[in-house]
Amino acid sequence: MLDFLIAIVTFTAIYAVVSLGLNLQWGQAGLVNLGQVAFFAAGAYTAAILARAGTPFPLAVLAGMVVAALLGALVALITPRLREDYLAIVTLGFAELVRLILLNEKEIGNGPSGINAIPQPLHELFSANYPLFFAFLTVAALIVVYLFNERLRRAPLGRLLRAIREDESVVASIGKSVLAFKVETFSLGAAMAGIAGAFYAAYLTFIAPEMFTASVSIYVLVAVLIAARGSNIGTVLGAVFVSVLLEGTDFIKDYIPFGTGVQIAAVRIIIMGVILMLVVLARYRKVVEG
Amino acid sequence: MSADALREPATILEVRSLSKRFGGMQAVNGCSLRIAAGSITGLIGPNGAGKSTVFTLISGFLRPDVGEILFDGHRIDGLPAHRVARLGLVRTFQTPRELRELSVLENLMMVPRPQFGESLVGVMLLGSRRVRREEQEIEKRALEVLRTVGLDHQARRRAADLSGGQKKLLEIARCMMCQPRLALLDEPTAGVNPSLINDLVEMIRLLHAGGVTIVIIEHNMNVVMRLCEHVIVLDRGEVMCEGTPEQIQRDERVLAAYLGSVP
Repeated sequence: MLDFLIAIVTFTAIYAVVSLGLNLQWGQAGLVNLGQVAFFAAGAYTAAILARAGTPFPLAVLAGMVVAALLGALVALITPRLREDYLAIVTLGFAELVRLILLNEKEIGNGPSGINAIPQPLHELFSANYPLFFAFLTVAALIVVYLFNERLRRAPLGRLLRAIREDESVVASIGKSVLAFKVETFSLGAAMAGIAGAFYAAYLTFIAPEMFTASVSIYVLVAVLIAARGSNIGTVLGAVFVSVLLEGTDFIKDYIPFGTGVQIAAVRIIIMGVILMLVVLARYRKVVEG
Repeated sequence: MSADALREPATILEVRSLSKRFGGMQAVNGCSLRIAAGSITGLIGPNGAGKSTVFTLISGFLRPDVGEILFDGHRIDGLPAHRVARLGLVRTFQTPRELRELSVLENLMMVPRPQFGESLVGVMLLGSRRVRREEQEIEKRALEVLRTVGLDHQARRRAADLSGGQKKLLEIARCMMCQPRLALLDEPTAGVNPSLINDLVEMIRLLHAGGVTIVIIEHNMNVVMRLCEHVIVLDRGEVMCEGTPEQIQRDERVLAAYLGSVP
């Protein structure tokens, strides 16, 4: 039971970091990103490959972050004018592209069999309590990312990003490059997914392309959507909700007298879909009335 | 100052045979005009004459199909909008574009440029003396501008909650905050009650007194008469005539354009 709780905390913290990245992009600056999983995967693979080559964990995390940030900047730059509708399609497609490359280019990460035996930081030191130590490490990373996002939200930069979200032509009309701020923000949000990916790889010690499907982007999207727009604490709570729903229901199924595991898994997806629809409906009504 | 300079004031903006087509509609059709530095020029014309499109083209929000735009002697056509604005050419919008979820004060505080607090290093150093001092200075100036336009009591309100007239004031305030050299004001008094129109006229005079050249699109002829020393009439995307407000009022072609051609 305790092991299970520690696992949930770790997963939640990782999801929360990915979600905070999306909240920065979407919640603050209004940049839609339906492919956050691509940057998560980029961070995971970069860190995994480097860790196996003997790179210390902090450097592997840093590298995962940088690669994800660069990919984020690339996606932002190839999207025409970074318009919302284009961005939705490009990010969705890009994530699929990344997954397919990882699946088919065997030189990068062994294709479908993935990368295994990824070294864990300070494993010898905490052998027995390792999961607990790693949970603390991940939560620490979450706190750092959370504090950064909160700081950004309260800083003049946060104000400008909200201005871009509200009406980018106003921001252009006063002489500020909307494109530059958008690329920077998108890249930052991707970097956060990259950090989370590096932790994910080290936590599981095994990664494969099948772990990085579009559904991850959707889970993260739900976490951000159920929070009040731009709220970091809301996003973290959203991630808690999503990860408890995803991982927690695995645990409950032993206690539920009806339904098979597959059926319960399907119910999870249904709940997620219904939440997504309800939130979008509520938001849409607000937009129409406003 | 030489005698020549006295007779012929410097041109701050020159537009040469500007054209823009939207599908089947020729919105601007070979429009040429000059704006004298330090003037207040009215741009009038019937609905659909292409006035707003001309503003949109000059300010870089749209690219012209043909034509040249010179600001202070330098070509600016083809430059993106933010680059044009950086040169000191700032437009306002016909429909106020308040940043709804920001406070009235924040609507102005995001204007000054560059801001250290808008950089990533500035985010890291939030709370440092440099960022705090910068914010204090910006806030002070924003409050001054709000006082000028009479919105200082609304500073902490959400911009979305302002009345229509107050949003018009905020639009002018943002322009003041930019400290431009040339301001393009797109119908600053449209849809505003008569008493507020007087306030807006005063504010435009204040803006002008601060050394800003102004071009104003305006339907209210009374406002045009009170503010403008020069008026340019657009019709079907080209300049029909120009002159002093008195000359324009007497011009029969202008009357015909507004009332429709008489058979």
